[in-house]
Amino acid sequence: MANLESNFIGIKSPNPFWLASAPPTDKEYNVRRAFDAGWGGVVWKTLGEEGPPVVNVNGPRYGAIWGADRRLLGLNNIELITDRPLQTNLDEMTRVKRDYPDHALIASLMVPVNEDSWKDILSRVIDTGCDGVELNFGCPHGMSERGMGSAVGQVPEYVQMVTEWCKKHSNLPVIVKLTPNISDIRKPAQAAKDGGADAVSLINTINSITTVDLDLFAPQPTIDGQGAHGGYCGPAVKPIALNMVAEIARDPALKGLPISGIGGVTTWRDAAEFMALGAGNVQVCTAAMTYGFKIVQEMISGLSQYLDEKGFASVDDLVGRAVPNVVNWQDLNLNYITKARIDQDACIKCGRCFAACEDTSHQAISMSDDRTFDVIDEECVACNLCVNVCPIEGCITMERLPAGEIDPRTGKPVSDDYANWTTHPNNPMKCAAE
Amino acid sequence: MSDTALTPGIRAGRLNAAAYDENFGDLHPRLDDHEALVAADRCYFCHDAPCVTACPTDIDIPLFIRQIATGTPEAAAKTILSQNILGGMCARVCPTETLCEEACVRETAEGKPVLIGQLQRYATDVLMDQGSHPFARAEATGKRIAVVGAGPAGLSCAHRLAMRGHDVTVFDGRAKPGGLNEYGIAAYKSVDHFAEREVEWLLQIGGITVETGKRLGNDLTLKQLQADHDAVFLGIGLGGVNALGLEAEEKDGITNAVDFIADLRQASDLAKLPVGRDVVVIGGGMTAVDAAVQAKLLGALNVSLVYRRGRERMNASTFEQDLAASKGVRIITNAQPIAIHGNGAVREVEFEYADDDLKPTGQTFRLPADQVFKAIGQTLDGDGLPDLDGRKIAVTDTGRTSIAGVWAGGDCAAGGDDLTVTAVAEGRDAAEDIHASLMG
Repeated sequence: MANLESNFIGIKSPNPFWLASAPPTDKEYNVRRAFDAGWGGVVWKTLGEEGPPVVNVNGPRYGAIWGADRRLLGLNNIELITDRPLQTNLDEMTRVKRDYPDHALIASLMVPVNEDSWKDILSRVIDTGCDGVELNFGCPHGMSERGMGSAVGQVPEYVQMVTEWCKKHSNLPVIVKLTPNISDIRKPAQAAKDGGADAVSLINTINSITTVDLDLFAPQPTIDGQGAHGGYCGPAVKPIALNMVAEIARDPALKGLPISGIGGVTTWRDAAEFMALGAGNVQVCTAAMTYGFKIVQEMISGLSQYLDEKGFASVDDLVGRAVPNVVNWQDLNLNYITKARIDQDACIKCGRCFAACEDTSHQAISMSDDRTFDVIDEECVACNLCVNVCPIEGCITMERLPAGEIDPRTGKPVSDDYANWTTHPNNPMKCAAE
Repeated sequence: MSDTALTPGIRAGRLNAAAYDENFGDLHPRLDDHEALVAADRCYFCHDAPCVTACPTDIDIPLFIRQIATGTPEAAAKTILSQNILGGMCARVCPTETLCEEACVRETAEGKPVLIGQLQRYATDVLMDQGSHPFARAEATGKRIAVVGAGPAGLSCAHRLAMRGHDVTVFDGRAKPGGLNEYGIAAYKSVDHFAEREVEWLLQIGGITVETGKRLGNDLTLKQLQADHDAVFLGIGLGGVNALGLEAEEKDGITNAVDFIADLRQASDLAKLPVGRDVVVIGGGMTAVDAAVQAKLLGALNVSLVYRRGRERMNASTFEQDLAASKGVRIITNAQPIAIHGNGAVREVEFEYADDDLKPTGQTFRLPADQVFKAIGQTLDGDGLPDLDGRKIAVTDTGRTSIAGVWAGGDCAAGGDDLTVTAVAEGRDAAEDIHASLMG
């Protein structure tokens, strides 16, 4: 049985599944329930500076996107950082860490951009016995209007500066949480690294309006007839998060910077995908908010089974395994030629492949009077759209043409040499063969 | 079990009041909003969808299901009703398992088709409950058209003609319009006076006058109708009932299944409707099943449905056969009635087993019976009709008969299945042809 124990930048936890800093981690009561349910770690709901706490709206603070049968696909929120007194949170964190010494407890922090504020909050959280701090440079709503959260995360110089302060005023491991609301995620990651961060965590939520109420003509969630943009999370954001994690993981300048993966992790498989792209652990929020803390049991059993099936002894064997295969477009092998193949026995004759190809692609699927659908190899560019729209898994596949065979579309023989755009004759910038 | 249930003979009130309500409640209650969204989401929006091909009225099923899925059931209803103005009733009575749902690719994939019939009912119910009618008449043409028979074919024809701007008079021999929708069809498929409400809703288009109690041959002649109108459409159904051809067929307790079904549909108090303790239904079609199941639901102790050929030859669909079996009807196949026994009233029916080619085997058996329903088919009734093709009125694709200016459709016309939905399609198509020929 694979060992799920996690050691992320020296912070140990029974498994790599942490709860992200968010509503589920706002109170001792919730966090105790989370640890009892099996979560390996918790990033406590973000703490603000000493003084009267922030207030939240008193109307709805979440909006959602649903799939079939109201399966929640995306969640958006306009909740701020913890709205409970700082000392209450610190006392609770202290008690929880005392009672759960083997679980990871991280303090998430967000205070104004001045050194004293950060120095002060760090001195307070150190006394809780927490295992590290996470700097919340990500929240895109409310706090950002006050110069915090993503307002910091969007300026690499600020990211570096605050990170430096935190490293200077504490010995705790520092994780910098990045906002995705930026054009190049590598820039703030580099800034965090340059500031001495032990790790980055990403993604925080994405600026979003989930829906518009077409009777009120207002975004949802609607507060007295108006709405503000919120932070988007849940399964819908996972592809965006995976790419940003990979961008950091494969950047030579950022090599070795540990990553805590966040963004729509709902099942063990999602977690494994983040890890394969370089995340040392994952943080989860929306899935727990949708289904409750018990889902971690499936994540634990699923990841464990997968590691066993792959013959991996521990999570470390998985982390980063897919990173070498994430390349730039120009590095892809243009001599890799595939054609769609339809399994006629599996086909249920819905015709979606035909409609998609005929209307929107390459007219490479034929339809007979008896609704038999066949691929026209002369036209098929292997775009994969038919595979994507087919409702039957495995019915349409992409099969590689063997070397030496003539590609009916081009009339040229298939080569088994690797050749990419950089050397292609149509490329005006092509490199001369050496 | 109460004494009443065991009492021999044909008796009313075999059940308590709650049992009648339960037995004759909606067979498939309307989907609620969420159920409809979940069911609609299963539709793959097929290209040139097989379900549409399988629908006699060519309803654009993927489109109406998508309209439900996006929260516009009213638009879905209009999509349905523009092809099939009786889409509400067809949603209840269509043998979808042999039409659209049999063709559904999810039937192929999983053996579980999209619930097309129930989704159609959901959409049409939403619209009809709002009381609105989504179609309007074209500018008046001044043309007058007689429609004989206010069943599905006649009503469909009348509505389409009215929509095209013609003035339509619909004649029907019965007291109420609706035809088999009102007088046929098992009660649990059309609860809460749906057939009546649907006719009222259909007539909202205007331009249609309904004259009931007027029957071709008795009160009307085809010649006079032609003289008084620019065109005539015959949707007179099948007024006659086939006989068993046995001696003693007139004994007390032996009735036509269609009359039993009509009485049941029109009964204001089912507890006053008598039914036998031992009921035998002879026939293998939908009418036979409707009579047998409802006899059972009325409290008959033993109901046997006896069909002369093998089960796979029965006209009743597998779904209907399973429904009958689930309600406790015993289905006996390969048996022909050869004698009726009893002194004044029927006491037993004697059958002889036969193979699928109806070759008698010489082996006989008797079933006790205090009530027998004949359901071996209906026949065209009337004189002076257009030329026949076999036993029904010969028609072209668009319902033209041998008499110029006279169209026909529905069960009385040759060709097509004897289904409500087929009748609606034929009435609609004849209306378009009448319109084209009058306005040409």
